[in-house]
Amino acid sequence: MSVFTLSQAAKEGVLLKELSALTEHHRENCEPYARILAASGYTPATSVAGLPWLPVRLFKNLELKSIPDDEVYKVLTSSGTTGAEVSKIYLDKAAAAEQTRKLGATVQSVLGPKRLPMILVDTKAMLKDRKSFSARGAGVLGMSNFGRNHVWALDNEGHVDVEALKGFLEQYGDEPFLIFGFTYLVWLHLYEVAKDNGLDLSNGILIHSGGWKKLVDQAVSPEEFRNRLAGVGLTKVHNYYGMIEQIGTIFLEGPTGGSLYCPDFADVVIRDPETWAEQPVGQPGLIEVISTLPTSYPGHVLLTEDLGVVHGVDDGDWPGKRFSVMGRLPRAEARGCSDTYREAA
Amino acid sequence: MSDLQRLREAFRTALDLPADAPVDDLQYQDNEKWDSLAHMSLVAAIEDEFSVMIDTDDVINMSSFAEATRILGKYGVDFNE
Repeated sequence: MSVFTLSQAAKEGVLLKELSALTEHHRENCEPYARILAASGYTPATSVAGLPWLPVRLFKNLELKSIPDDEVYKVLTSSGTTGAEVSKIYLDKAAAAEQTRKLGATVQSVLGPKRLPMILVDTKAMLKDRKSFSARGAGVLGMSNFGRNHVWALDNEGHVDVEALKGFLEQYGDEPFLIFGFTYLVWLHLYEVAKDNGLDLSNGILIHSGGWKKLVDQAVSPEEFRNRLAGVGLTKVHNYYGMIEQIGTIFLEGPTGGSLYCPDFADVVIRDPETWAEQPVGQPGLIEVISTLPTSYPGHVLLTEDLGVVHGVDDGDWPGKRFSVMGRLPRAEARGCSDTYREAA
Repeated sequence: MSDLQRLREAFRTALDLPADAPVDDLQYQDNEKWDSLAHMSLVAAIEDEFSVMIDTDDVINMSSFAEATRILGKYGVDFNE
């Protein structure tokens, strides 16, 4: 079972219909959204790239939801890199259940239906306060559904628990197992330790995320990350890109590496940061993320502050667009568009 | 102890509920003790109790006590015996 099946043309046909309907749904049920669209001269879209987008930062400035207060089941929050501003994402029960199911279907595209023994490259201490997990905690917890017999690679002080890893590998190392962690934690704590202790990770499937900034500071590129991990036997490696504002939607790296792919219910459009026009293949720009999952808040078409580039269409491991994330747009440059929207709202 | 009693016990233990708490009508999204962390404990407890290995989709879909009995049926645990 895979959610990476649709060619780009087939996908755009499905998405244009579903997302146009979602746009209407949010216009009817989220007043600030309707006002923003009216102020920017909204007309129904004739292509996926023509769908009206919101800057992702808007969720830090406005309360945007398309459900009545008494149907709010969960409010997800994330602090951005600035710390002070917090995005608020409102889910009803239906949206919460659907995002879990779609994340599950996406991950099963590479893991299969069975839960695998699982190494969490993190510390259990992070989950101490179960009423308020960090975004990191929520990510780890969401992924832990796909594993069983979990072992934490880090102890409560954040040191690597080599004995726990050795014990896990003794018991489960001969069959496929799952490794999940944030990219820089995997690099700092798993790769180094596996190398130094001769741990055999060759049956592991690694899923990792969390941005490259901390690794770029250490001059580790995605290619080198992959190559070095292959050096300790870890060749099944899937990076992913996703954000709390589109919870449940992840863009997953294909088996041969180097490109992220969009599941059937999602897509990306790369935009010129000055004209907002769609960039051709190979031209970097701002990443717009598109997903059918946000039904309880108008987050179905979001312009991020991340830079990316589409490498090709229908020419990779899986059909559709394949792309990379290159980093964040310097903050000052993105300010204009978000301010415009704030005034309109 | 009947299979149904064993399942009730697994729920009470994993969700940290009193020994006499009624669980047959429990719903994942309505009980505050049944959060995502408790869900993992619950799945592990059920797997141990009934010696089964539950697939990912079933873990995701196990959203009520009633649903748990239906899912366990697929793994050969029959609560109607």
